[in-house]
Amino acid sequence: MSDIKKIATRESYGNALVEYAEDFPDLVVLDADLAGATKTGTFKKAYPDRHIDCGIAEANMTGIAAGLATCGKIPFISSFAMFAAGRNFEQVRNSIGYPHLNVKIGATHAGVTVGEDGATHQCNEDVALMRTIPGMTVIVPSDDIEARAAVRAALEFKGPVYLRFGRAAVPVINDKPGYKFEIGKGVKLREGSDVTIVASGICVDSAVNAAELLAADGISAEVINIHTIKPIDKDIILESAKKTGKVVTVEEHSVIGGLGSAVCDVLAENLPTPVKKIGVQDVFGESGSAAELVKKFGLDGESVYKTVKEFVK
Amino acid sequence: MDNLELKRHANAVRKGIVTAVHGAKAGHPGGSLSAADMFTFLYFEEMNIDPKDPKKADRDRFVLSKGHTAPGLYSALANRGYFPVEDLPTLRHLGSYLQGHPCMQETPGVDMSSGSLGQGISAAVGMALAAKLDNKDYRVYTLLGDGEIQEGQVWEASMFAGARGLDNLVVIVDNNGLQIDGKIEDVCSPYPIDKKFEAFNFHVINIDGHDFDAIRAAFDEAKKTKGMPTAIIMKTVKGKGVSYMENSAGWHGKAPNDEEYKVAMDDLAAIDAQLA
Repeated sequence: MSDIKKIATRESYGNALVEYAEDFPDLVVLDADLAGATKTGTFKKAYPDRHIDCGIAEANMTGIAAGLATCGKIPFISSFAMFAAGRNFEQVRNSIGYPHLNVKIGATHAGVTVGEDGATHQCNEDVALMRTIPGMTVIVPSDDIEARAAVRAALEFKGPVYLRFGRAAVPVINDKPGYKFEIGKGVKLREGSDVTIVASGICVDSAVNAAELLAADGISAEVINIHTIKPIDKDIILESAKKTGKVVTVEEHSVIGGLGSAVCDVLAENLPTPVKKIGVQDVFGESGSAAELVKKFGLDGESVYKTVKEFVK
Repeated sequence: MDNLELKRHANAVRKGIVTAVHGAKAGHPGGSLSAADMFTFLYFEEMNIDPKDPKKADRDRFVLSKGHTAPGLYSALANRGYFPVEDLPTLRHLGSYLQGHPCMQETPGVDMSSGSLGQGISAAVGMALAAKLDNKDYRVYTLLGDGEIQEGQVWEASMFAGARGLDNLVVIVDNNGLQIDGKIEDVCSPYPIDKKFEAFNFHVINIDGHDFDAIRAAFDEAKKTKGMPTAIIMKTVKGKGVSYMENSAGWHGKAPNDEEYKVAMDDLAAIDAQLA
């Protein structure tokens, strides 16, 4: 497994901003003293005149971005998910969401894979917060290829977009020919007939690995990558649930309000189906390595395999 | 425009405020009236704007950070010709384009949605920054309440504006001395306001917010100030122009009934008579 290419999606974010800067001259990047960590430092180096460090003041950074957007800029505001979505919720809602301004929120260090910093910095609630804001698009890329494609799509899209990136290096999984990223369109990664595993972010890789282990046990699992939590791809979920009759969701986020809840919303209203939600079970995180925490919260391939196997029994 | 003309416009703006809030049966007359002279000066004299082209590219911008005084902004916009004065009483009504707090998508002339205190100034800073990034010479004005500056975000924004030397930004504080729970110094004193902005690298000007000569001189001084933003701290009377609303915290967020409305309009008619 060591030959698999790994890269953190925050790196992809920083690289994509540089890659697309020439195509989008109105793109500006705002930071709150975390340019090194959010990887927007890469952009700062390449385009110093288009990078604005606001200091440790996320609320003001958000308002500045709103003001810039009213003047035609495409601002990316950058911080850890805890601050970009958590501390900032009301600023994002009222200064960006309500006037539907063309601001992109690049939130890095989401979820438990923040690791050693512990619970204060491990945001497992951002997707829940952001998807309640009318008109907000919420994207959780699963790897380097998807993260860069999501940045490009967000730049092309007019309106507020929340993009969730991770700290830890994750395997590149979307390198198959024909991969195409489209906001709001889920991606079927594996056909199956016994159970549907819907995953987002770093958990997509776990889902694929779990499906392989399940196959060895004679369980056929369909795997769907939902990179856009909002607007969610209802069709791909309903079509798969109709076939398999059982759905498991996997996310590096609280099971309250995130992907699992969004999938349940779709199923409950259209095709009531038994669902098992894998994620952070209404608890805070803790210090540890990313790998240890992924295992502790049952988000690795082996743990997902066991939970799904138990669920389909 | 001479001061007499400005005073007439300001009185019309005040009538519009009282009429709008009466029509809404709710809203914030006190802080709208205290800032009426400022709204008037900004929209009739100071800002480079065009009511026929509200989104004109290089216009000056205004953000009403103390968004609850929307009746003041709406009345100034209506009297300046952005939309009919007759629509003011639809304020806060279901389906009206005059929302309880400013909405840039609904109302012609509103440059930024606002109302959650402390957020408007950040947007104004962003606009001023955009002008600098694009080498444009438009100016940005934002009006804050003296209670509003208790919000921490105001000082985040001020620190940034001061540090960046945004000399195209004018922050105006309406120091009418009252907030919902009483006198600002009793609730949680923000004084000394001028010293605070000075410490954040602003050029600070203290004025009487009902004196058009002083307002004019302050804006001239702000334009001549280079390398730092300007803060205009204006002393005002909350409820100015309506006898029973003046200096009363109770009229912060309350609408006059029919009888009170008549008294208010009589008070303002008397001012008109003086200006005739």
